[in-house]
Amino acid sequence: MSNNKTNPKTILMQGNEAIARGALAAGLDFFAGYPITPSTEIAEICSVELPKFGGKFIQMEDEIASISAIIGASLAGAKTMTATSGPGYSLMTEGIGFAKMTETPCVVVNVMRGGPSTGLPTKPSQSDIMQARWGNHGDAPAIALYPNSVSESYELSIRAMNLAEKYRTCVVLLSDEVLGHMREPIELPDLSQVKIVRRITPTKPPEWYQHYPDNPKYPMPKASFGEGYRFHVTGLSHDSKGFPTNRADETKILMDRLRNKIAYHIDDIVQIENYQMQDAKIAIFAAGISSRAAKEAVMMARKRGIKVGMMRPLTIWPFPDAAVRKFLGDKKAIIVPELNEGQLSLELKRVMGGIWNYEIRKTKKIEEIHRTDGLLITPDQILKSIMEVK
Amino acid sequence: MQKISQKSIHKYLRHDKKFPHVWCPGCSNGIVLGAVIRAIAELDLKKDNIAMVSGIGCSSRMPVYADFNTLHSLHGRAIAYATGVKMYKPEMDVVVITGDGDATAIGGNHFIHAARRNIDLTVILINNYIYGMTGGQYSPTTPHGDKATTTPYGNIDPTFDICKLAIGAGATFVARTSAYHAVETQSFIKQAFKHKGFSLVEIISACPVIYGRLNKKGDAPTMMKQMKDDVIPIKQYEKLSPEQRVNKQTRGIFINDTEKMEYTLAYQELIDSLKVPKGDSNE
Repeated sequence: MSNNKTNPKTILMQGNEAIARGALAAGLDFFAGYPITPSTEIAEICSVELPKFGGKFIQMEDEIASISAIIGASLAGAKTMTATSGPGYSLMTEGIGFAKMTETPCVVVNVMRGGPSTGLPTKPSQSDIMQARWGNHGDAPAIALYPNSVSESYELSIRAMNLAEKYRTCVVLLSDEVLGHMREPIELPDLSQVKIVRRITPTKPPEWYQHYPDNPKYPMPKASFGEGYRFHVTGLSHDSKGFPTNRADETKILMDRLRNKIAYHIDDIVQIENYQMQDAKIAIFAAGISSRAAKEAVMMARKRGIKVGMMRPLTIWPFPDAAVRKFLGDKKAIIVPELNEGQLSLELKRVMGGIWNYEIRKTKKIEEIHRTDGLLITPDQILKSIMEVK
Repeated sequence: MQKISQKSIHKYLRHDKKFPHVWCPGCSNGIVLGAVIRAIAELDLKKDNIAMVSGIGCSSRMPVYADFNTLHSLHGRAIAYATGVKMYKPEMDVVVITGDGDATAIGGNHFIHAARRNIDLTVILINNYIYGMTGGQYSPTTPHGDKATTTPYGNIDPTFDICKLAIGAGATFVARTSAYHAVETQSFIKQAFKHKGFSLVEIISACPVIYGRLNKKGDAPTMMKQMKDDVIPIKQYEKLSPEQRVNKQTRGIFINDTEKMEYTLAYQELIDSLKVPKGDSNE
């Protein structure tokens, strides 16, 4: 590859490896996991790299133990990650809820494979989009990122670690079997130029320390176990010091904070990519692996003189409501290709429904392409839809 | 044994907003909390350096009252959370407070695997034979034939011997006593703290309000007396005939193995072995 000659920092890397290396670049120093296809390489790489600099890797007895161990380690001060796929993610959801409730930073990677149940372990899917949002019981907002290339897997892995640390929550990094296993050239960034969110140690005396401050600012100082602050952590509804409460007023403060810390910072969290959207009459709305076929379909359609563009959310959750309204609101038709039975398009219809509810049904403005047989959606398949709606 | 005054116990408790505690009158959990604190005071462990981790259940409410780094985690998962804390900060004293249901039913997997690894956790397992917090359902230790709200016709389940389970899984310090034997409880907990490796102290406890009421065991003092009579030293138990052994439990230290490698030390050795020594490249 000619790139290799011009830039020595460009190397061939696998998607899963990029996630592991991105996290390590972001300061990962504790990983607990359990083997599952197609995510296992992430654990394997961490088992090699972490002990080299004094980081810790542990293979736990199951996924429940894995999420538990990373939350425990995070409370002790670690930057943590675990990686899994659908079945393991299902087991982790209670722990993910605990991390959100206790505002403990951690990253869960879900390399999506065909489901439900054991499904298609070696085939890609995008069917955990909704589980990434609603997996845990109870109301708590989610942050979920979804790259579409190896180099973006590296970048978003850093970003996931940063967002987890900044907003003190569990961030889900989505990938899929193809993205995780494919190899692409990637230009590694100069790490001194990469922004890393580090944990801020509190300077207040322990008696003044609130683990859950009333007026939070993100990022904020956060104590860890063993630093003299002796705070309490519980999954029960809790007050500003972390102690359990049944009181309605204190519970309301907690629930408002969990919601608002995401809602008030959507602009900081949400990332989208617009491709050839300026003059497009038809838009494709696609994420992750499906967006690569979508990009190809845009080029094919443009060659035929059809004005098509693509909008791609890099942040799946919180859903980019405002951007969707802004960039897709005036399009003649929107095509949503995804490897599930309509999860992104359901969300799209929620956002668009306010303007177009009647029209959506009448004119089929939203054209959905679903695929759950373990194969990818092809550019031709998308092009066919473009020809139908043009 | 050094005497720890009642007053000094208060140094280890949280005073704002936490009391009165949630436990029923006659519950043994307070005795165990007292014993844990006395053991810590005797060993002069630093409060800042102690992480107390629990799951869900009556016993698992203990950490909120104690002035340490405390984590009230998910049902069954205390040992897995504690493993994360201990792995990342091996210098901390990590104590797990758990119950029979929490540790051996929903958390059985984590229990045996932490014992297998021999990671340096001090597990205080309060065995009251019942799920108290949910109102009296049978647990893996509810005796055969006993009543629970989900065994209305008597329990047909065989029971776990938790200490044998831990030994079989690879734990290196395993002891059992009852809450009646409060001084012994304190002594075992102290030894468990000192032990480098996975240590389990099972404490048979009285739950007069739920288990006792369902099984007509009498009031709290009666149940205490029962524990005095039924939980007997290992040597005394060995002298009994099989008929006499019915309803009897052994107390004592079953295993105290200091040879087996502790897990976080093993990992530290691994880390050290990967360090490239500087300046001896000629060798």
